[in-house]
Amino acid sequence: MSAKATADRTLRGRVAVVGIGETDYYRHGASPDPEFKLALKAILAACGDAGIDPRDIDGFASYSEERSEASRLAAALGTRRLRAATMQWGGGGGGCCAAVANAAASIVAGLADCVVVFRSLAQGQYGRFGRATGIDTISGEKAYLMPYGVLAPPQRFAMRVRRYMHEHGVGQEALRAIALASYHHAQANPRAVMYGKPLDAAKYDASRWIAEPFHLYDCCMENDGAAALVLVPAERAGEFRNKPAYVLGAAVGSGYRAGAIPHNSPHYASAGFETVAADLYAMAGLGPSDVGVVQCYENFTGGVVMALAEHGFFAPEEANDYLAFDNLVAPSGRLPLNTSGGNLAECYMHGFELMLEAVRQVRGTSTSQARRNDVAMVIGGPMVTPVSNLLLGSEATL
Amino acid sequence: MSGEAARTYLPQGLPIPVAEADGLSAPYWQGLRQSRLLVQRCRHCATWQFGPEWICHRCHALDSDWTEIEPHGLIFSWERVWHPSHAALRQHGPYLAVLVEFPHAGGVRMIGNLLGDPGQAVSIGAAVDGVFEHHPHPERQYSLLHWQLSSVR
Ligand SMILES: [Zn+2]
Repeated sequence: MSAKATADRTLRGRVAVVGIGETDYYRHGASPDPEFKLALKAILAACGDAGIDPRDIDGFASYSEERSEASRLAAALGTRRLRAATMQWGGGGGGCCAAVANAAASIVAGLADCVVVFRSLAQGQYGRFGRATGIDTISGEKAYLMPYGVLAPPQRFAMRVRRYMHEHGVGQEALRAIALASYHHAQANPRAVMYGKPLDAAKYDASRWIAEPFHLYDCCMENDGAAALVLVPAERAGEFRNKPAYVLGAAVGSGYRAGAIPHNSPHYASAGFETVAADLYAMAGLGPSDVGVVQCYENFTGGVVMALAEHGFFAPEEANDYLAFDNLVAPSGRLPLNTSGGNLAECYMHGFELMLEAVRQVRGTSTSQARRNDVAMVIGGPMVTPVSNLLLGSEATL
Repeated sequence: MSGEAARTYLPQGLPIPVAEADGLSAPYWQGLRQSRLLVQRCRHCATWQFGPEWICHRCHALDSDWTEIEPHGLIFSWERVWHPSHAALRQHGPYLAVLVEFPHAGGVRMIGNLLGDPGQAVSIGAAVDGVFEHHPHPERQYSLLHWQLSSVR
């Protein structure tokens, strides 16, 4: 393969995020609006932020069994012509960065010029994720799990984290530090569902177990809301009112037989980024020391430990030292983490709120701004398959 | 365990396991009903495989066989569950779930419950023996495979 062909096949510097938007965030079931209306509100907000006519959107991208379909959105918004409609396979939040990558790829390949990436969620309307009641018989993967009381997401992931903690000597305090950092950042963010509800170590320790090693505060919330961003070709980035955040790299996937059920993936004690992190860094031409701030999807804190280690921020054996509260908080921490509060304390938009926060960091408009914000990372869906990740950067990084 | 045939580790009311419409896992569930543990093993390259697939992941042969193995293994990981995620589990708990690895079957793994005190300390690497739990459900008989520490007899 020629060097030119390789260089052509990259997202680096080709597309820019020029608008972000979100609804108010609610506790699950508390949204006054139905899910589709939430999607429309978030998309209108993102277009308003960019200063763009919503009719000029020509593509939609999402993930995680999104119910607000592109064709319906296009009809509702009066989209002049729809040119791209992509959905990422795989459940949970593993697709949150992949949705941005798919949208970016549509633009780079010339299939579309202005793509909205979004996630909408109203659990009052459609029921809570992870709720298992109301099923009489079960087959496939869940048949090997549910009759043994391994039903909901925390139960499906706790023993993967336990194995990781066993293999690498990771202590409960490392998980606690992640929860404390998220809640700390949420106290500066008025949009956060947990704004005004601080968490300290004693409260974490005293909280009930959900499934050992997960306390209540190790588990993400369930929420209603919607979030969206607008992606355009990099050469158009200057036409919009906000400082652009450029895609420096993105990657999607999983390693050898990561999807082997039930709990039979050869590399079990893993968040699934062993191949995906390398692809991301290769495309961006960057390494972990170039990253100033990280938004990492927390279905459960244990997955964050694994995901950060697999992205090279520390060796697994160093997790207990690295994952200390002071290291994880903005502005001065070594690696400010989940600076909006994330899934644990801002809002569980299946990780899409993390994407918006990464854009805010690059713009310099976060409520917990990292000292170094030229390169922001997003990590999607640890411990599911496929997973995905993303690096955004300011114009200075191009 | 014959004297405890009516007892179950978890309360009744959880979803009942059945084979898929295409029958892929039917031999496994049928085996459990006969107190036999069956795992797929490739006729061509002898690779062990679980959960079942229509194809051998190593050599891509499409006629995998089922082989009976001894229900002994090692605890690969575990969890103690406190929060009920199903109506049948309300007022019940905590309970233990373990991931058991079979070194004599290519290292494949299965989830089950660890019998005994749900508050017991659990050690990764501990040897466990299988215990079949038969459910004489009026419409759909089914069986589960639980585990107990090998020293417990
Ligand atoms: Zn084979």
